[in-house]
Amino acid sequence: LLSLILSRYYRDCEPCIRNLSLGGHVGFDSLPDQLVSKSVTQGFCFNILCVGETGIGKSTLMNTLFNTMFENEEASHYQNGVYLRPRTYDLQESNVHLKLTIVDTVGFGDQINKEDSYKPIVDYIDTQFENYLQEELKIKRSLFNYHDTRIHICLYFIAPTGHSLKSLDLVTMKKLDSKVNIIPIIAKADTISKSELHKFKIKIMSELVSNGVQIYQFPTDDEAVSEINASMNAHLPFAVVGSVEEVKVGNKTVRARQYPWGVVQVENESHCDFVKLREMLIRVNMEDLREQTHARHYELYRRCKLEEMGFKDTDPDSQPFSLQETYEAKRKEFLGDLQRKEEEMRQMFVNKVKETEAELKEKERELHDKFEQLKRMHQEEKRKVEEKRRDLEEEMNAFNRKKVAAETLSLSQPLKKEKDKKK
Amino acid sequence: MDAILMQEKLVERLLCPRVRTARQKEKQYVGFATLPNQVHRKSVKKGFDFTLMVAGESGMGKSTLVNSLFLTDLYKDRKLLNAEERINQTVEIIKHTVDIEEKGVKLKLTIVDTPGFGDAVNNNQCWKPITDYIDQQFEQYFRDESGLNRKNIQDNRVHCCLYFIPPFGHGLRPVDVEFMKALHEKVNIIPLIAKADCLTPNEIKKLKDRIREEIDKFGIKVYQFPECDSDEDEEFKQLDKELKECTPFAVIGSNTVVEARGQRVRGRLYPWGIVEVENQSHCDFVKLRNMLIRSHMHDLKDVTCDVHYENYRAQCIQEMTSKLAQDNRMESPIPILPLSTPDVDTEKLIKMKDEELKRMQEMLTKMQQQMHDKDQ
Repeated sequence: LLSLILSRYYRDCEPCIRNLSLGGHVGFDSLPDQLVSKSVTQGFCFNILCVGETGIGKSTLMNTLFNTMFENEEASHYQNGVYLRPRTYDLQESNVHLKLTIVDTVGFGDQINKEDSYKPIVDYIDTQFENYLQEELKIKRSLFNYHDTRIHICLYFIAPTGHSLKSLDLVTMKKLDSKVNIIPIIAKADTISKSELHKFKIKIMSELVSNGVQIYQFPTDDEAVSEINASMNAHLPFAVVGSVEEVKVGNKTVRARQYPWGVVQVENESHCDFVKLREMLIRVNMEDLREQTHARHYELYRRCKLEEMGFKDTDPDSQPFSLQETYEAKRKEFLGDLQRKEEEMRQMFVNKVKETEAELKEKERELHDKFEQLKRMHQEEKRKVEEKRRDLEEEMNAFNRKKVAAETLSLSQPLKKEKDKKK
Repeated sequence: MDAILMQEKLVERLLCPRVRTARQKEKQYVGFATLPNQVHRKSVKKGFDFTLMVAGESGMGKSTLVNSLFLTDLYKDRKLLNAEERINQTVEIIKHTVDIEEKGVKLKLTIVDTPGFGDAVNNNQCWKPITDYIDQQFEQYFRDESGLNRKNIQDNRVHCCLYFIPPFGHGLRPVDVEFMKALHEKVNIIPLIAKADCLTPNEIKKLKDRIREEIDKFGIKVYQFPECDSDEDEEFKQLDKELKECTPFAVIGSNTVVEARGQRVRGRLYPWGIVEVENQSHCDFVKLRNMLIRSHMHDLKDVTCDVHYENYRAQCIQEMTSKLAQDNRMESPIPILPLSTPDVDTEKLIKMKDEELKRMQEMLTKMQQQMHDKDQ
């Protein structure tokens, strides 16, 4: 923070810097102390992501590292997919408060098809970045109060096969290396003998290098810690053993694992690299990890996200809140777009309704016409039938008359015959 | 004289006391008690063969265990793949055959290796090449058995499959369950807990219980040791019971010899101690070796022949006959098989048509007659 302020100041008054010498003790050498006391009162926040197969020892290692029993149940091997389980704890040592979040990957490496296993992890990391970005972009924001959930360190647990990385390890680490600081560790290292371990470490590092996976390098630019960091860098990946059980060795009780053939002591440097991991992770580089997360990984995410949204970096002497204004402008544009689209859709809808109405009307008319036609035909037929009926009636009448005439004739005929006979 | 003594000793060990007293009553000695001897001699002359399959992910110690079991170095110049080469790897089947001899007994040992199993990112159906291989061997034997010349049948059937379960988890994983379920009716599966030197005795017990539970739960039929006869002595029964309770065996293998307790033994050297492969309190290697080689090798072969192969054969024959029946129905002319009601209808139709035909013919004759009359 201090260096940022100073560099800004120097930039602003570039041409006229002079180195002055002091005549006496001013007292601004207490600035770091003020900073420290402020941050101590604020409390620290640290987030660890543990990625590794079920049963590889993630929870045990966390318990061993922080010397407490975080509650956890044994995970099952039969999860359908990978999901992340974050848990936050409040720890205190001397007068320093630490808000520790441990994120576990449940179900990692258990499925038969592991092609999508890395996705939930990447999504989780991106979500934490997104939340921070949202907070940063707010108009009324409270960054100093914000609970930072961005992942500061990812511990990747490698299974101690003794040969090389697994294919899943390579694929996952490649997806994560640009988003988070990765420290690979060899889990359950008490199953590898010293000579095998040496070969295994070399193989892993060479595979990571040849595939372009960027793991976290302990910083060597600060002279106070550069030496120890440089030597630790050579010991990566750390081969660790975790244990919360205590075993009596000699006249001490240490955390260890007891086998029929010997006792593996967790804090014995010739047995495993646990002490190195603890030194590096907690005692020396915790602050650097947080800084790297913020300055490198988060900034990369932010830049990509904003570029996606269409922002461009304006030149240095533009107004300070151009980001905000462009954001508002974009928002207005977007809303305008939305409205226009809505109008369009409404218009289309109205048009369509009109069309269908016209069609229906047309059809109605046709139907009506047909009906009329049929009616006419029907009437025509009726008339014809009437005519026929009349004809038939006439015929019938004629026939009847004939019949009657014939009958009377026949009646009068025998009369006539009789008459003739009588004559 | 010595031979007869040996024979008598053999007879005493193998026959029950009842028969022994019977023999004592008889003064005459027939001699078929030498049969076991003859079998022994013939089998030594013929030699034995055994096919063992090892399956499991890379890095489980399969090759090391095989080397430790047979005290040879089967895997010279092996090339291991890198992680990126393994992302899309398919399973291969590689056979190593060696001839080993011990005290005049020859054994042709074939180890079937399955590199690439479970190594890819997507392991869907990764056990298919393995099941195909086993079926192929069965088919080959089936063909040979049904052939005309059966003198030199090569038995390449897989007699036993050692499946290596990783000790890093809490029990069986989905890929383990799927693999064993695909194979349990084709081959004798013996599950092993690999690299057991990363587990304390308590953890081993918990893991074994968990795995046995899950094997029951998922209905996986692993190889069961045959029940020992009721007239065996107590010690034998006790050993047998211990053996059964110890499954799955937690094994450790080693290619190197180290100095421990003044002796040179196969083991692994750690800063905190030395793991001895043949120490029964360190791991179950000795139990596995005794079971696999010294006592149950022949039983494994028998179960393969009598159960798995017979299942395969029955299934094969059934498939063939059902296919044959299907083909038959399509080729032969229609009403050979007794058909049901639809035919009755057609018969009626035929009858009707017949009658109509008759009527028409009558009409025709009548008309003809009429014409004839008219002419006249």
